[in-house]
Amino acid sequence: MTEGNTAAARPMLRTEGLGRSFGHHRALDAVDLQVESGECLAVFGPNGAGKTTLIKVLATIMRPSSGRVMVAGLDLRDSADSIRRRIGVVTHQTFLYDRLTAYENLEFYSRLYDVPGHRERIRDLIDRVGMTARLHDRVDTLSRGMQQRVTLARSVLHDPDILLLDEPEAALDRQAVATLWELLRSEAGRRRTVLLVTHNLERGLELCDRLVILDGGRIVHRSSRVAASFEELREAYAKTTERSA
Amino acid sequence: MKFWRSVLAIAYKDLLSEMRTRETISSVVVFALLVIVIFNFAFGGNTEQMRLVAPGILWVTFAFAGVLSLTRAFIPEKEEGCLDGLMVAPIGRDAIYVGKMLSSLVFMLVVEAIALPVFTLLFNLDVFSPELVVVTLLATVGFVAVGTLFSALAVNTRAREMVLPILFLPVVVPVMIAAVSAFELALAGESWGAMSSWLQIIGAFDVVFLVVSYLVFGYVIEQ
Repeated sequence: MTEGNTAAARPMLRTEGLGRSFGHHRALDAVDLQVESGECLAVFGPNGAGKTTLIKVLATIMRPSSGRVMVAGLDLRDSADSIRRRIGVVTHQTFLYDRLTAYENLEFYSRLYDVPGHRERIRDLIDRVGMTARLHDRVDTLSRGMQQRVTLARSVLHDPDILLLDEPEAALDRQAVATLWELLRSEAGRRRTVLLVTHNLERGLELCDRLVILDGGRIVHRSSRVAASFEELREAYAKTTERSA
Repeated sequence: MKFWRSVLAIAYKDLLSEMRTRETISSVVVFALLVIVIFNFAFGGNTEQMRLVAPGILWVTFAFAGVLSLTRAFIPEKEEGCLDGLMVAPIGRDAIYVGKMLSSLVFMLVVEAIALPVFTLLFNLDVFSPELVVVTLLATVGFVAVGTLFSALAVNTRAREMVLPILFLPVVVPVMIAAVSAFELALAGESWGAMSSWLQIIGAFDVVFLVVSYLVFGYVIEQ
């Protein structure tokens, strides 16, 4: 199935021939992706497939070696600051300062993002992630799951259009996962565009509209949720992991 | 305006974080005081000899205390990927540099403000004349401008405690020599005019390294 066949005039996120090399190793090789506004794309792949590199390039943490990234019609090369304003990122790391409280961390990021009425926004988000009681506790006194909740609040603090998520459910309990997907996916009746990197095939299939499998830096499988069953996806993924092993 | 708001937010965050534990400031201050005390014992009570070696001792103390604190400057940013958090925020890489530099500058000035009275007391020399204060301020700016850049570079290496001084100290040699020389002249009671060439060197060093560091910092932190 061709990606983006439900396309609106301008995709929210598009990569063309995206490549990233580390010396002779090509972590990403001619990756073409298109994610429409409000759509969720799941990216699967074995370890070393290039998933985290993809997130880092899209998040502007890493420069691409080749190709092009367009976000909401803006080219990453000339409009990085405007693009960053529209992106929220969750990776394996929390981006939280251990010695500051949850509130101080969120206040710091809200200053960087120029969040209007940040005090109310922080209180609202922290309430939604169920961390009100620990708002003024230092981050290094929180459990990993609690830190992850604060991280999720941090990622949507500036109400981004696009979320780049790398295993966002790590360390969260089942109840928190449901609440947090609600928070991440939509706000004020608007669905966010999501690029989700996960190893959890079932979860990816459940949450996302389309799916791709990345292996050796290349996209080796594409399908839509409608077209793919869990069994088919598992088979495609198993073939990929066998090949890369 | 947005630039300075981001700069101040980063600097305030760093200082608040340090105030919570005082880990770095306490170790750097203790180190600086120990160096001053040890040199004081080494050179005894000979006032003339002390006046000759005092500028060198003071700047060696500041240099090593500075290396110690700058080594730690980017470590909190590496823990839990906070540097990535800054990089995905809609602020320029230059704002990150200036913010980190500003916090390191305040930190160094606090260390100097604690060390200088002790130095005055033990070496029986007045280092609070306007000339010496200006030299200290200017040299510290240059020192921190270079140090912040190299600290960002070194934090990605495994042996960062070794890498930073190896990269950093050779580059700051001109500002150290100029600061020591200007200090010597000021302690000898010379006028501003006599020190002007050294002050110009320090000023030029500050401008060049502030501009260069500001421009290349983005390349240093981006992967």
